[in-house]
Amino acid sequence: MDEEESDRFDAIIIGAGPAGAACAYALARAGKQVLMIERADTPGAKNVTGGRFYTYALEMLDNGLTAKAEEALERKVTHEQMMMLDGERSLCIDYGDPSFAEEGKVPESYTVLRATFDEWLSGQAEEKGAMLVCGIRVDELIERDGGIVGVRAGGDEMFADIVVAADGANSLMGQKAGLIDDVRVEHMLVGAKETIALPARTIEDRFALAAGEGASRLALGGARGVNGGVFIYTNRESISFGCVLLPSVLAQKHLSVHDLLQDVKMHPAIRPLLEGGTTIEYSAHLCPEAGLKAVPEKLFRTGFLMAGDAAGFAVNQGYTVRGIDLAILSGLAAANAIISTSVPEDVGAVYTEQLDALGVHRAMQMASRFPEIEDDPRIFAIYPKLANDIFSTVYHLDPDSRRPLYPKLKACIKGDTGFGAILKDVRKIRRVLRQGDGS
Amino acid sequence: MSIERMSAEELLGVDKFNVDEGEAHIVVKCECCLECSDKPCLYICPAQCYKLLDGKLAFDYVGCLECGTCRLACRQLGNSGVATWTYPRGTFGVSYRCG
Ligand SMILES: Cc1cc2nc3c(=O)[nH]c(=O)nc-3n(C[C@H](O)[C@H](O)[C@H](O)COP(=O)(O)OP(=O)(O)OC[C@H]3O[C@@H](n4cnc5c(N)ncnc54)[C@H](O)[C@@H]3O)c2cc1C
Ligand code: SF4
Ligand code: SF4
Repeated sequence: MDEEESDRFDAIIIGAGPAGAACAYALARAGKQVLMIERADTPGAKNVTGGRFYTYALEMLDNGLTAKAEEALERKVTHEQMMMLDGERSLCIDYGDPSFAEEGKVPESYTVLRATFDEWLSGQAEEKGAMLVCGIRVDELIERDGGIVGVRAGGDEMFADIVVAADGANSLMGQKAGLIDDVRVEHMLVGAKETIALPARTIEDRFALAAGEGASRLALGGARGVNGGVFIYTNRESISFGCVLLPSVLAQKHLSVHDLLQDVKMHPAIRPLLEGGTTIEYSAHLCPEAGLKAVPEKLFRTGFLMAGDAAGFAVNQGYTVRGIDLAILSGLAAANAIISTSVPEDVGAVYTEQLDALGVHRAMQMASRFPEIEDDPRIFAIYPKLANDIFSTVYHLDPDSRRPLYPKLKACIKGDTGFGAILKDVRKIRRVLRQGDGS
Repeated sequence: MSIERMSAEELLGVDKFNVDEGEAHIVVKCECCLECSDKPCLYICPAQCYKLLDGKLAFDYVGCLECGTCRLACRQLGNSGVATWTYPRGTFGVSYRCG
């Protein structure tokens, strides 16, 4: 027991991703003895994201932290783009808004690469006094008298008042704690991504960006009817190009995630954006996408909490993917709960309150029904076609100018995309958005 | 460089790996695979670690990107051929420089 007490921590955090690092940062700031254990050689070296980070989460963790993060982030996002692909055709909407990156204000979001960002954030936690050990995989949880009291890693045992599982989407620790049975495969998207190096000037020219500014582009309809989407994020000197797809539909349609990504890469509207670039990395990761449905019923037991992707806190809203911000906020919520009560049995309840107070529950609730829209084949197959049909009709020059445009446009809207069907979809989308509003 | 389709092998060739020769982090019992009609692992693995060789399933953990998709898909959509699935021991496996 003595030996155990001598290296006992206030908290052990499994995983130094954004959830773990944010939790460690807030705990260490409050003077707690914290140990982060990360299986990668350096934090971030096992982690993958699409590529955009909303800064408000860092500001909530610590006012002014974003300014310090500049070096660890890529480009300030000023262009939001949405693409609809149908066969070889494409439609792209570009919303440019310089106010997203106005001088003197914290930019709303940045593109991001995780190897740099995660190393930076866990470095910040270390500066506050947290301990970080890398290259160590936690193998087991140590249980005593119905509570979790520590972890086993390699041959070593380490003890703490509380263990925080911030071990990501495929949380083996949550399973070992008995809080999740198995993550449902239908609640997960599989992501695959190529990072393609290009000179900064080329990126800025191709996406019509000012120096240092960036674009976030999501595309629907490129994946042969498989649920999911394609993303393109501009980094300083590379482009993150990838897709997130529903594994069950890939399996059912006998389409491989690798092949589909290569198909989209060769699309006539995508390839020119990447042309001349060199693929410097290929990466893959799971991404929770089912809103509250993917969140385990219980996120804690005595001596144990789950945060970030491990707790299912990520949302795919179709036009944007969010998870890094929610990871940071849930890490902060966990830290606040641990700091504010000394009764181990109470930490879980305070954690739930904190998740509410910091807006994590609300974001998850809002997103809960998005998959109903996104997973509807109409969204990623029929509407991209309709949008392209309409533009083809408008822009196709008809030498016979006697034929009016309206009947031709009306002809696009029939059958699957008839007025009735569209109205039904609009109602459904409205219902989902309303429910998200809580109204 | 001109943008071309790349095979999974070519793509994995640009990644940095430290392969654990001493311990396989994923073990597949290929007997189970004989009875698995859909073989979801063939489609959902971004690294194409699962292949059909002479009609039989073959698995190699080298090149695994540690995403965990096969762990879920095999159990829930396949026939539980993935008998062991853990992350590689500390310091082994893939190391992303971008992520
Ligand atoms: C393709 C894709 C695109 C995405 N796009 C976006 C986006 O644009 N914007 C956004 O905000 N979010 C996005 N997300 C979601 C976002 O990446 C995640 O929500 C976020 O990374 C979650 O952070 P985390 O700290 O919870 O988990 P992770 O970042 O996964 O960190 C978990 C950490 O735990 C470590 N670990 C795991 N097991 C152990 C163990 N046994 N022992 C020791 N260490 C362990 C891992 O190595 C890792 O460092 C995307 C996700 C994917 C897959
Ligand atoms: S899904 Fe599982 S059981 Fe089926 S072939 Fe693949 S590894 Fe074998
Ligand atoms: S973990 Fe991912 S990359 Fe590795 S074998 Fe399974 S599906 Fe393939």
